[in-house]
Amino acid sequence: MATATKVMSASRPLEGLEAGRGRLREKLIVTSLFLCAALSILVTLGIVVALVEPSIEFFATISPWEFFTGTEWSPLFKNGEFGVLPLVAGTMVVTVIASFVCLPLGLFAAIYLSEYATQRTRGFVKPILEILAGVPTVVYGFFALTFVTPLLRENWLFETPPQVFNALSGGLVMGIMILPTVASIAEDAMFAVPQSLRAGAAALGATRYEVSTRVVVPAALSGIIAAFVLGISRAVGETMIVLIAVGGTPNLTWNPAKAMQTMTAFIGAAGLGDQSTGSIGYKTIFAVGMTLFLMTLVMNIISIRLVRKYREVYD
Amino acid sequence: MSTPTESVLLASHRKRSLRVRDGAFRAAVTGSVVVGLAVLVALIIQSLVKGWPKLGLDLITNFPSSFYEKAGIQSAIFGTLWLVAIVFVTAIPIGVGAAVYMEMFADTNVWYNRVIDVIIQNLAAVPSIVYGILGLAFLARGFIDLGPVLLTGGLTLSFLVLPVVIIASREALRSVPSSILDGALALGATRWQGVSRQVLPAAIPGIATASILAVSRAIGEAAPLLLLGALQFITFNPTGLNSSFTALPIQIFNWISRPQEGFHVAAAAAIIVLLGITLLLNATAIWLRRRFQQTW
Repeated sequence: MATATKVMSASRPLEGLEAGRGRLREKLIVTSLFLCAALSILVTLGIVVALVEPSIEFFATISPWEFFTGTEWSPLFKNGEFGVLPLVAGTMVVTVIASFVCLPLGLFAAIYLSEYATQRTRGFVKPILEILAGVPTVVYGFFALTFVTPLLRENWLFETPPQVFNALSGGLVMGIMILPTVASIAEDAMFAVPQSLRAGAAALGATRYEVSTRVVVPAALSGIIAAFVLGISRAVGETMIVLIAVGGTPNLTWNPAKAMQTMTAFIGAAGLGDQSTGSIGYKTIFAVGMTLFLMTLVMNIISIRLVRKYREVYD
Repeated sequence: MSTPTESVLLASHRKRSLRVRDGAFRAAVTGSVVVGLAVLVALIIQSLVKGWPKLGLDLITNFPSSFYEKAGIQSAIFGTLWLVAIVFVTAIPIGVGAAVYMEMFADTNVWYNRVIDVIIQNLAAVPSIVYGILGLAFLARGFIDLGPVLLTGGLTLSFLVLPVVIIASREALRSVPSSILDGALALGATRWQGVSRQVLPAAIPGIATASILAVSRAIGEAAPLLLLGALQFITFNPTGLNSSFTALPIQIFNWISRPQEGFHVAAAAAIIVLLGITLLLNATAIWLRRRFQQTW
């Protein structure tokens, strides 16, 4: 008898309302779901605290002026130099090369998927691009070092061929790695452009090329710029490709055929060296990490804002 | 004013130059996709060709060694499996929970919900090495001071993939029409009953896709683990959460950075294994999404 009542009441949807205990349970569940979401605040705070505290200690020893304007970088040596500019230059060179690949190719791929591809080819090409985004970065690094670099060295048209480690091959391969990210966000933005705009242009005699370049791209511009900014941010933050293919020698140069060290590669390499906690070498990781984090954060915020803008316009 | 014949000529000229431009543009946009695909194919073929001689049962059953003839990836495979298990029991339930809260319960007019929304989007774009810094400062050293053990690595990767899980799961939940929940509510279900018994089951394929992609991301990540100090010479399988470990991508990195060509061959062979796993997972995710995609 008792069990029968239990079964009956469990199947009665109003149980929660009358008993009050169900309500409490529901509240507990929603609270725990909220805590899951709030964990992301904790993670963000954790990142900030992790970066800021050792960075402050670092800048108490090394003046910010020396750090941000110095042109020599050898922090892990005795009597080392702490000028971060060679790392910033390395990051910039690699990022510019990657951008030359991923921005035009990503935009074009997005235009292809959104304006040119038939439903069938789209359903086949898009997943393959997604797979390209799923390739682990060590694999890209290996490809850059053992395939692209030899290819460049053998077919070099200028005087001195690239070094075994060089910014060019790492940047090129990184551009391919980021291509799907740029393409996917740009395509989302193009997808949000109302069909009526395309139809209107076509009715006025515009060709597909004109519809794409004069209607769709301008209408989706904020989303496309968001895709570009996020792509560049990905390039600045990528570690394994540069660690493997671009090398570990800080080098203040704009010559992409030379070996360089980026900010991310320094952080990764410093981890290999097992710095003792609290040493200046250990704190350097955080000072460079902080610089990297701030650079990417600014870009990410710009990108998120821009995406929101086009969503507001068309959704 | 142009005469009628002139304007016809002009029109035909415009037509021809337009057609040329149209064709060139079509070729350019198609070509950019082809470039991406070509690199993917080249990358797969190159690792197959280079790693083929080393690919065999020995590779999988042997442990890392200073001699490349004997070097294998058994401990790396087990390390990776452990990491996946940790990510699976932490990041995925928490991520799905957060997604359910954000999509189903959060009032977007309340300031802290908007803050969480922006923060999740930001976290998704934070470079992976920065998560390594987080793990280094709090888990491997500092307050908790666990050292470079499995738990440290697994939790660091969990933080890394958490935003990926949340964002993709939210999308899956959003694609379930609100009429489903409304129907449940109209029949007297509480909001949680409606969400847990109607909306969540309908979103399962999307959430599964999100989880698989997150796991695949965790399998391929090397940078944060390197920074934690996980690059070690490990010739045993992990025995528990506080065990030292190596993982596939770190083992590959280790072999790439050695000068001997033999280790590069071993790296290529291990890459075939790693690529096989991640591409299989990605393909499964895509298949799942397509197979169970519902148009409501």
